Amino acid sequence: MSEKKEYKVIGTRPIRHDGVDKVTGRAIYGADFQITGLLHGRVLRSPHAHARIVSIDTSRAEAHPGVKGIVTAEDLPAAEDKMADLGEGAVSLKYLCDNILASDKALYKGHAIAAVAATSPHIAEEACELIDVEYEVLPPVLEVRQAMEPDAPILHENLRTSSLGETGDKPSNVASHFQHKKGDIDKGFDEADIIIDREFVTGTVHQGYIEPHNATALYNPDGQLTVWCSTQGAFTVREQLAEILQYPISKIKVVPLEIGGGFGGKINVYVKPLAALLAKKTGKPVKVLMNRADVFEGTGPTPASFITIKMGATNDGKITAAQTSLVFEAGAYPGSPVGAGAMCVFAPYNIENVVIDGYDVVVNKPKTAPYRAPGATNAAFGTETVVDELAEKLNIDPLEIRLMNGAKEGDRRADGPVYPRIGFIETLEAAKEHPHYASPNGKKYHGRGIASGFWFNIGLESSVTINVNPDGTVNLVEGSTDIGGTRASIAMQAAEVLGIPAESVNPTVVDTNSIGYTAVTGGSRTTYATGYAAYEAAQDVVQQMKARAAKLWDVEEDNVQFADGEFSSINGKEEQISFRDLSARLGETGGPVIGRATMNPAGAGGAFATHVVDVEVDVDTGKVEILRYTATQDAGKAIHPSYVEGQIQGGVVQGIGWALNEEYIYNDEGEMTNASFLDYRMPTCLDLPMIDAIIVEVPNPGHPYGVRGVGEVPIVPPPAAIANAIYDAVGIRMTELPMSPDRLLKAMGKI
Amino acid sequence: MARKSHVQTTINGETVEFLCEPRQSLLEVLRDELHLTGAKEGCNNGNCGACSVILDGRLVNSCLVLGAEIDGKSVETIEGLAEPDKLHPIQDAFLENAALQCGICTPGFIMSAKALLDKNPNPTEHEVRYWLAGNLCRCTGYDKIVRAVLDAAAAT
Repeated sequence: MSEKKEYKVIGTRPIRHDGVDKVTGRAIYGADFQITGLLHGRVLRSPHAHARIVSIDTSRAEAHPGVKGIVTAEDLPAAEDKMADLGEGAVSLKYLCDNILASDKALYKGHAIAAVAATSPHIAEEACELIDVEYEVLPPVLEVRQAMEPDAPILHENLRTSSLGETGDKPSNVASHFQHKKGDIDKGFDEADIIIDREFVTGTVHQGYIEPHNATALYNPDGQLTVWCSTQGAFTVREQLAEILQYPISKIKVVPLEIGGGFGGKINVYVKPLAALLAKKTGKPVKVLMNRADVFEGTGPTPASFITIKMGATNDGKITAAQTSLVFEAGAYPGSPVGAGAMCVFAPYNIENVVIDGYDVVVNKPKTAPYRAPGATNAAFGTETVVDELAEKLNIDPLEIRLMNGAKEGDRRADGPVYPRIGFIETLEAAKEHPHYASPNGKKYHGRGIASGFWFNIGLESSVTINVNPDGTVNLVEGSTDIGGTRASIAMQAAEVLGIPAESVNPTVVDTNSIGYTAVTGGSRTTYATGYAAYEAAQDVVQQMKARAAKLWDVEEDNVQFADGEFSSINGKEEQISFRDLSARLGETGGPVIGRATMNPAGAGGAFATHVVDVEVDVDTGKVEILRYTATQDAGKAIHPSYVEGQIQGGVVQGIGWALNEEYIYNDEGEMTNASFLDYRMPTCLDLPMIDAIIVEVPNPGHPYGVRGVGEVPIVPPPAAIANAIYDAVGIRMTELPMSPDRLLKAMGKI
Repeated sequence: MARKSHVQTTINGETVEFLCEPRQSLLEVLRDELHLTGAKEGCNNGNCGACSVILDGRLVNSCLVLGAEIDGKSVETIEGLAEPDKLHPIQDAFLENAALQCGICTPGFIMSAKALLDKNPNPTEHEVRYWLAGNLCRCTGYDKIVRAVLDAAAAT
């Protein structure tokens, strides 16, 4: 796959198909949906981080004028505690239901207790205040190391630690412990001339999408339930609703509207089952919207973590051993992304001797959810800081030590997989060749840092149909939520096959009744897997249209070829017809043509990134200014380079926020004290320079055009790159995220 | 519930009348009463800028203005920017620069950019960043948004 292929559509930068709707305010997002007779729902949330629910009395709220219905956990079907299969792994149905509406215990401040439907959102809010809940307040536990103490408050009396195949015999907050082992760790450290062993702490951070969660549900007397919402995956919403409501999927239709960001945070359902329950109870359509505080306090952040990293290397820079313990908070219910973190923690390096221990620990915070390369950023903060320190101690350039140890095709990762063709080395070389790396660096309090990152990417199921129009355009029907330009990147792959312009493909994202199963827009899979399905569906169109051309020309189908948008005969007859002209003759040759494909491709191919950052540290205030940022990344093949650059730039800036400012700040009672965009400080454009995104293209052998997922990996390197730059600037190794002004001042001994 | 007020105002050049409760914000009125859903609610407390509109020539967060306050005033929203067959140059620049991903913040950014360019047709990059700092975008990292606004300024 090393030769450069010539493409007509792929690699160009057309205007996205949904662009005009989105710059004119006409695109309909979840909260914009209107329907006659609509009621408005609001949710009452626990004011306590940990409390037993003694009683809930809704009578005063029910009597409030305008209130039409109230639901509590009693309205959920009594769920036996079985495992529910949601496509992305089995979860306990009781935990799933309890997170929608608390039954016996409230496990975090913001935990949903009841939901009200009323004739206006204000009346629904007033009614929430009239619901009388008696709580028995319990002490909360908010930090993983404290939660692992033997005398820690216990969240779930029935939770036993599952550790390396054994189940514990007493209640614990440690849900699980697993281990990956490769080689002989003791031998590896014996071979090392230098060993660095460090501890790292990262804060709880939120995905921070600008659009709050939303859902509008309608329940008809014939039992049909329709839910309009923004989601990363309409089919996973259907599955979750079916499990939580114990309702047949055949009676549920989920209509995905435009989505205002997700980053992993809009896969789990929160208000969708509440809207459905309220719609069923009232017989009216009900729209439930979260406010911003609800989003922070009631939806999945991504976990805080406590990480130890121990790495050894020889004097000439060969890394001989690496060992880690990754302790991730799961939030109120088991299921942190520690498994993914363990897959990524040492993934950029070919190390012979590795031990990785992972722990999933429940604490009194919202149930965590995926956030862009979930787990990988936490892990890379540790690894990439230690690699930087190894390089420094061994007096080796930090890019060189990565080039010396970087993983290549054929190397085996500690958790098992053997790499196919990957492009890590190429990202390092691109960083090395970039003028940024050669530019002067040495002003007082200025520093430069580099770090790398890995995300494995996923495939999963995608379905696409392509309907050929008589004018030579096609309508492409897909089930993948378009969260950042994937209508364009998917349509372009079909256009390339059909030899037509990107603008001649009309992509539409449809509901769960109108397309085959399609997994979530997540795991950096959409341009890869749904794009692959579009490629195959377009090939299906070509095959069917070859048969039509054969019929027109009275030749064998095998004697028709298709290239550059033209069908031609290859057995002596001088026949030729364009895709467009043949499209006009489908009726007379047998009727309309619909191409179709379904996929579950296995060759997602991992993505690697290497970042270079220059910072300036204000030693009086502790503020870190990002002066220059260059991000190189292997995209396999960039279908629409502008949107690949956009993914890189967006991921970098989320990583900068995580590195420098963002965290959930709690008081002793377990209350988040910064649940607003004013106090949970995400980067604004004034905080940043331009982000130089360098696309490296090492084609993925698992995709016909070489595509690799690009969305997630760019968030992975920034915290470590910035920590390394801060060290270069002021000589302090920061081991705790965020590296906010107060932490930096403390580390410098100023306060 | 308090009695509703009668409000007469100008929105995107058209005279508009509506009834609203004293507690309803301009954002609620635009979205729920007038079905102008281009202004988005991201935070409802003035921190994200997704609901930005121009009120009597001044950029405001419509979530921080009461509906009843706009009586006799003039409001510009994203819905009024394009001509029937032609986008506004800022809208074109956002598309050409791929300055949106999910698009939820886009109407707010475009209205903020318009308010800036109405006052300062040739801003520097720093001036663009300073002016747009009241609008949050979580997808793009702002790079392409800033370029789009600079391009729109150059094009007009």
